[in-house]
Amino acid sequence: MELSDSVAVAQARAGDSAAFRVLVERHSRHLFRLAYRMTGHPEDAEDVVQETFLRAYRQLSKFDDRASFGTWLYRIAANCSLDLIRARKRRHTQESTAADDDATDPVQSLPDPAPAPDRLLLSGEVERKVAAVLNGLSEMERTAFVLRHYEGMCIDDIGRTLGVQPNAAKHSVFRAVQKLRRALEPLVSTAS
Amino acid sequence: MNHLTEEQLVLYYYGEGDGSPAVREHLDACESCRADYAGLQRVLNVVDSAPVPERGADYGAQVWRRLQPSLPRRRWSMAAIWPVRGWASAALVATLLVAAFLAGRYYPKAQQQTAANAGQVRERILLVAVGDHLDRSQAVLLELVNAQPGKSLNVASERERASDLVAENRLYRQTAARTGDQRVASVLDDLEPVLLEIAHGPDRLTPEEVENLRQRIEGDGILFKVRVVDSTVHHREEKAAPRAGSNTL
Repeated sequence: MELSDSVAVAQARAGDSAAFRVLVERHSRHLFRLAYRMTGHPEDAEDVVQETFLRAYRQLSKFDDRASFGTWLYRIAANCSLDLIRARKRRHTQESTAADDDATDPVQSLPDPAPAPDRLLLSGEVERKVAAVLNGLSEMERTAFVLRHYEGMCIDDIGRTLGVQPNAAKHSVFRAVQKLRRALEPLVSTAS
Repeated sequence: MNHLTEEQLVLYYYGEGDGSPAVREHLDACESCRADYAGLQRVLNVVDSAPVPERGADYGAQVWRRLQPSLPRRRWSMAAIWPVRGWASAALVATLLVAAFLAGRYYPKAQQQTAANAGQVRERILLVAVGDHLDRSQAVLLELVNAQPGKSLNVASERERASDLVAENRLYRQTAARTGDQRVASVLDDLEPVLLEIAHGPDRLTPEEVENLRQRIEGDGILFKVRVVDSTVHHREEKAAPRAGSNTL
């Protein structure tokens, strides 16, 4: 019989690595999708998945049994993604500064504008615009939007995941949609 | 007639809010709002179509294979070796290391084998001690990083643990610098002010204090650096167990 999350968590807490393996195998693909939506890079998403489970394993004793394990994992994954996005921004800033200092070609220090091969399916301009707008969102807006739009999480759960009031989560989603709409509507209207 | 707001349309699109039937009725009756809503749908449908690279059915198993070696193991800790705890334990390690270092340096050539053995022992002791220290430091940092945003946090136990770790950290940093391991010394150097801040802070942190501390830990990449060095130390500890290694971490 298939272990439920709560039973697997209890067994993993008791030191049963096979039970933790069940949780990893069950939630990995879903976490990857979330992490990819958050980071926009498959390699980064892989790192986020790995880091999420590592943090979850270390923090298993803190998990509240009354909560959903999946939601708890999502919160960790969202935080890991945010950590990675912040680190990436810092790295780009440092690289830009270093490039300026060395008087090298500043274009090389900018983030690679080329889309990953698996993202070429979407028409170039719209895709770049979507990526640019998502990158320009605040961390809260981006996370809330990804959880609502791509993952179908309701506003209340997003609030719980992010540790904010539902109203704050709702407004973050709303602001994200507004920004996307203003940037994309002219393109979409032209195409249709 | 009051037209629907953009917020109402967004909530309606996502099936949120209490007013969906009323919104539906309004959309049926109002061409302007219907056009507005159609525009919103077009945009969100485009965003929705952005592809995600698919991962196969065995992806979970792949993740597990990569993850398993990184999971914290039940290791023999310094507390199990020495009956003393905290800075006294670290002081004992540091003293033994310095003694072993000096013995290795000044022994006559005829006793080089003994000195080599001392070197092995020194490396093994330092690896285990520093690995244990980094594990415990990580645990303290993770408590703060993973704290629920917007809520105050009782850090009394973390504060106590940080107080112990500060003294140990100083000794290990000095020892690592003395044995020429600048990488470990540098990470311990970065870690020390954060441990000090936690150790000297209040037992209960306000949400703002938690956030500030979290941003500091994440902003400086301390947790990441500690994790990387910790992983390296554990790896070298495993390699050093059956045979001699280098003198640095």
